[in-house]
Amino acid sequence: MSWVKQTFSSSIGRKFAMALSALFLLLFLLQHFAINLLSVFSADLFNEVSHFMGTNPLVQFALQPVLIFGVVFHFVMGFVLEIKNRNAREVKYAMNNGAANSTWFSRNMIWSGLVILGFIGLHFYDFWIPEINVKYIQGDMSGMINGEYRYYEELVHKFHDPIRVGLYVLSFVFLAMHLKHGFQSAFQSAGARHEKYTPGIKKLGGLYAIAIPAGFIFIALYHHLTAI
Amino acid sequence: MSTTNGLNLTLKVWRQKNDKDKGQMETYQVSDISTDSSFLEMMDILNEQLINEGKDPVAFDHDCREGICGSCSMYINGEAHGPGREITTCQLHMREFKNGETIYIEPWRAKAFPVIKDLVVDRSSFDRIMASGGFVSVNTSGNTQDANAIPIPKADADKAFDAATCIGCGACVASCKNSSAMLFVSAKVSQFALLPQGKVEAAERVQNMVSQMDDEGFGNCSNTGACEVECPKGISLDNIARMNREYLSASVSADK
Ligand code: HEM
Ligand code: SF4
Ligand code: FES
Repeated sequence: MSWVKQTFSSSIGRKFAMALSALFLLLFLLQHFAINLLSVFSADLFNEVSHFMGTNPLVQFALQPVLIFGVVFHFVMGFVLEIKNRNAREVKYAMNNGAANSTWFSRNMIWSGLVILGFIGLHFYDFWIPEINVKYIQGDMSGMINGEYRYYEELVHKFHDPIRVGLYVLSFVFLAMHLKHGFQSAFQSAGARHEKYTPGIKKLGGLYAIAIPAGFIFIALYHHLTAI
Repeated sequence: MSTTNGLNLTLKVWRQKNDKDKGQMETYQVSDISTDSSFLEMMDILNEQLINEGKDPVAFDHDCREGICGSCSMYINGEAHGPGREITTCQLHMREFKNGETIYIEPWRAKAFPVIKDLVVDRSSFDRIMASGGFVSVNTSGNTQDANAIPIPKADADKAFDAATCIGCGACVASCKNSSAMLFVSAKVSQFALLPQGKVEAAERVQNMVSQMDDEGFGNCSNTGACEVECPKGISLDNIARMNREYLSASVSADK
């Protein structure tokens, strides 16, 4: 077995790979949030940045495949770990008091993850598939509709539907739970733990886990309420 | 003996004849249990009662009865070694329980710790992990070096000592939702990796011990931290992070 294969098929190597994909997703989410936030301040700026992200070859053909790989890798590895972990205990306890020693979030990463996966499905259906359709199937790379950029309009249009807004909000709550445990866990999995900086990582993780999902919720509600 | 302040308890105990038997929870009543008795003494009373009734007593592991040997594995009311912190079952006292309470008593549950009988599990998977690298290959016959001749920073000595207090009880595995043995193995890896004598073989050791741990069928670590809370010796998650670093750096630097 090659040393790479040996490392990444070990329990520690798998968790390291999981942590790397998670850290990558954390950076991506920050970037995604920053762009969405523009839509609250300036429709024009949001349109321009969206058009750049949607048409720049580097973003489209280098970064986007990396992102898709990162997401798929993360949830597939999440399932692999979950199955292995379940198999490690064949007979369950008649009485188990998990709350006595660990947080609910940490014990239920698979469930918060599954809600996020469902959300990603919905989000692809809402934005990504129509984008790919317009750009690469109809071949219209202009980003225009009736002589104006379409991105902002599409965004506002999507947030009309209260059910969709509700689903988005709910998903972000689960994302917050996932990240509350996940953020600091990723550092631990990578071996980055020290009394000098671990308290800082935990604080930053707590902040990230609340602020980013709350920010996304704010943006969704903002467009829903201002468009009425 | 006074009968006024003893505890009357309902016990739900896992009974399993042997490793082939399916096993089930059985309910027993014990009465007038002194709040000063230890949990194992309460089990002794139950067993005496069962023997007097002509029944098979509950098999459970125990040896030192003072928190050193790590054999008294019992999952009590949903926690390894019961509700106390930094104690083993033999150090748990009946004053922690209320009169009339129902107490669940189960064996450690993990694929890598198969039940032998009732509450007794086979923890030889830990022994095989130790045999795969949990030692230092130095010759100690006759010419042992003076310990003070090897300078060791106080901070490292303390951390190594803390890791070495692990008694191999398996409460970490029992408490972990994934039945992961990371806390145990990381304590053993750390205890050597922090000291000059252990550093020589550190890379090979961590690779062999982790590989044996994985082969035994323990789960992966999800960093829930349950092990650290339930560990009778307060072994810290710092050790798991250290093992992750040791393992990952051994992967790039070691011969294999
Ligand atoms: C696509 C759906 C997702 C699923 C099914 C999923 C599943 C999981 C699971 C099961 C774990 C725990 C693994 C373990 O037991 O150690 C985990 C960890 C983690 N996830 Fe996700 N996740 C998803 C999406 C995300 C997203 C979008 C982010 C961040 C933007 C994220 C961030 C994290 C982090 C930071 C960790 C901790 C990594 C570690 O412990 O090393 N996840 N995920
Ligand atoms: S780490 Fe703690 S819980 Fe695990 S075997 Fe050692 S002493 Fe027991
Ligand atoms: S019997 Fe030895 S630790 Fe409990």
